[in-house]
Amino acid sequence: MKLRIRFGKHGVVKFIGHLDMMRYFQKAFRRAGFDMAYSKGFHPHQLITFASPLGVGLESSGEYMDIEVVSAGDLDEMKAALAAQMAEGVEILSIHALDENAGNAMSLVAGADYKIAFREDMMPMPVSDLKAAMADFMARPEIQVLKKTKKSERIVDIRPLIYDLSVTDQGEILMQVSAGSAANLKPELVLETFCRLNDLPADPYAWLISRLDMYTDLGKDGERRLVSLEKC
Amino acid sequence: MRKLALSDKILLQVEKPTRYLGNEINAVYKDPDRYPVRFAMAFPDVYEIGMSYLGIQIIYDMLNRREDVCCERVYSPWMDLDRIMHKENIPLFTLESQRPVRECDFLGITLQYEMCYTNVLQLLDLSGIPMLAADRKDGDPIVIGGGPCVYNPEPLADFFDIFYIGEGETVYDKLMDAYKAHKAAGGSREAFLLKAAQIPGLYVPAFYDVTYHEDGTIASFKPNRPDVPERIEKQVVQDLATVSYPEKPLVPFIKVTQDRVVLEIQRGCIRGCRFCQAGMVYRPNRERDLDYLKAHAMAGLNATGHDEISLSSLSSSDYSRLEELTEFLLETCQARQVNISLPSLRIDAFSLDVMSKVQDVRKSSLTFAPEAGTQRMRNVINKGLTEEDILGGAAQAFAGGWNRVKLYFMLGLPTETEEDVKGIAHLADQIARVFYSIPKSERPGNGRVDIVASTSFFVPKPFTPFQWTRQCTSEEFTARQKVLSREMKDMINHKSLRYNWHEFDLTRLEGIFARGDRRLGPVLLEAYRLGCIYDAWSEYFRYDLWLQAFENCGVDGDFFVHRERDLDEILPWDFIDAGVTKDFLKREYARAKEGLVTPNCRQGCSGCGCRKYDGGVCYEA
Repeated sequence: MKLRIRFGKHGVVKFIGHLDMMRYFQKAFRRAGFDMAYSKGFHPHQLITFASPLGVGLESSGEYMDIEVVSAGDLDEMKAALAAQMAEGVEILSIHALDENAGNAMSLVAGADYKIAFREDMMPMPVSDLKAAMADFMARPEIQVLKKTKKSERIVDIRPLIYDLSVTDQGEILMQVSAGSAANLKPELVLETFCRLNDLPADPYAWLISRLDMYTDLGKDGERRLVSLEKC
Repeated sequence: MRKLALSDKILLQVEKPTRYLGNEINAVYKDPDRYPVRFAMAFPDVYEIGMSYLGIQIIYDMLNRREDVCCERVYSPWMDLDRIMHKENIPLFTLESQRPVRECDFLGITLQYEMCYTNVLQLLDLSGIPMLAADRKDGDPIVIGGGPCVYNPEPLADFFDIFYIGEGETVYDKLMDAYKAHKAAGGSREAFLLKAAQIPGLYVPAFYDVTYHEDGTIASFKPNRPDVPERIEKQVVQDLATVSYPEKPLVPFIKVTQDRVVLEIQRGCIRGCRFCQAGMVYRPNRERDLDYLKAHAMAGLNATGHDEISLSSLSSSDYSRLEELTEFLLETCQARQVNISLPSLRIDAFSLDVMSKVQDVRKSSLTFAPEAGTQRMRNVINKGLTEEDILGGAAQAFAGGWNRVKLYFMLGLPTETEEDVKGIAHLADQIARVFYSIPKSERPGNGRVDIVASTSFFVPKPFTPFQWTRQCTSEEFTARQKVLSREMKDMINHKSLRYNWHEFDLTRLEGIFARGDRRLGPVLLEAYRLGCIYDAWSEYFRYDLWLQAFENCGVDGDFFVHRERDLDEILPWDFIDAGVTKDFLKREYARAKEGLVTPNCRQGCSGCGCRKYDGGVCYEA
């Protein structure tokens, strides 16, 4: 039986890397008494798939992982049992059952929401100017960036990968971008590019980034319809 | 949300910031302001090493069970953070409350190996605690040391207020009670240290004076006041069932060296290998009750979610109910997909059978620790393993599917001859011959055997029969290692043999500090000032700076390490009663020189002196 778990990561745990979070959950499932399914072979491991790794330093209220269990009890009770095993800063937000033939979270991811706040005294410009500059940025027909991989360098247009971008009255940036294996756009790259095009120094330390949610695309015929991984 | 001592800016630039966060599962969070006694428990090495040590978890658990003590943990900041903390004047903090160590009442430092001593100074330095005990004032924490190195604490005497000699479960309660009473009543630091010095097992170095002969040997070692004991008695838990054992071990986020539940099945060892300090100072051998171990194994797995459990002891095969214990573990662990790790097992039919059930035979290797290459040499060190045991064990293992063998030896043992050195190569070759005598079609794996022999260099330790013996010089070690390297290449099966050896210079320093005295204090301080730190890490070990420190202080290291001591000389650690008597050690040294084997504690009592503790193997029916 497959279950999808949504969890949040805030505060000190933002410094814990992806691999360590995986190990952390493996142990948490054992402590919570989950009847986990294991892979075959001499070194069996729990069947867990994370939707998408979260970078060190980022917070989130929209992390997902799919797990496979041999048997499951009442999902609310399971959620409570798992929540009781969490370290401060890791919050279990929901658990729901998946169809047997459902795709796993990693293969489904198509988009993500991020919120970026600036650290105290590190706003690059007043809120109204930032709103205007972001609007100009989004009005560009294309936004070219140089993508370096180990083997090659190529110019990519990231504009089509930015689905939405706005600035709140408090000066926080909200963005919805493409995510997942097909085209993953990191919010840091959007911000760096914005800074470059506006002749601003790009200091990643200034940005407090949180992932808010992750989505799959249920649209048809090239039309996008993003649905939260919690709802599918 | 907890507030961290380090800013995001710093945490984002150091390697593995998780080392400094705390927040682990089963860590104990108490509000330090609400506890009369605050204890910072430190391991003077990096987090991943320190978190793997069971001893701290035992004391941490034990002290935090008290309603009047708040015990928190501290590990050495890695070099990247060390530099930042120095530059930005950030005081060392405890992981739980993230508050300065300096605010604590006690700083406890465990001393597991000599090559962590510069890191001890780092902890004091970064905490802002005066490094010299003599410079500390009433408001400074009491710095207390424990662990195996306190069986000769003298090289560290200048830096510690108290050394706790023996097992931690025994008198910490008394010390905490005494401190609480002292704090309530008020009084000087010295008045408290005097009370501490009157608790058995606690040594306050400031209350003792040492004088020296012209030749550098000790002339006298005496209390400098009437109200402290002449000798310090090691503390021993008589009945292991009566003391606490952590039921909820800490679970770190990052992978640490010992990333599993550790089950201590017994303390001490019945064997009496003459080079082994642990085998002498942890006497008498005391086993834990089988039901107690079963219960703690389950509790530990349930509370941590670890996927592995390891037995811990000096010689697991000697645990009298090992078969029942492993049977229980196999049954319960395999059902829950938990691995079992069984270190320090003697290779025989039973252990091979168990190992084949808990590990992938094709991928794992077989480990023997003959320690010496010839039977004569093994008799000298009282290692009761014979060539028949080794070759027979190897033959059974090859039949069981293993084809990788690891062998551990020491070079530079007392009375060692060229024949003994070459014997290491011969033994390795013999094992290969056993393998190649199997018909080709029946050989396991790819039909070849892989034998790795490693040698460490022998360091004589206090409270062993070899405490008087001279340690080889780096030149002698080099010569022996070369003889062995050459001999390995001359063996018929040399293509199946590999040989590794340890660092010579580190071994010399280890030897100096293992048997040194108070005159090494200034050298240690000077070495730290010159930049020595993390000496056990080859990337940071600076032998040149160490030599400079000895020279600057005018101290001759050779005196402590390359000199055969007179049997009647006053040794720096003679003031400690570690259970084993000096007469026994002398007898054993004499028997070693004659190549006479001494029976183990179950075969017969050899009168080592530890019967006085009223427990353990000495009183087995």
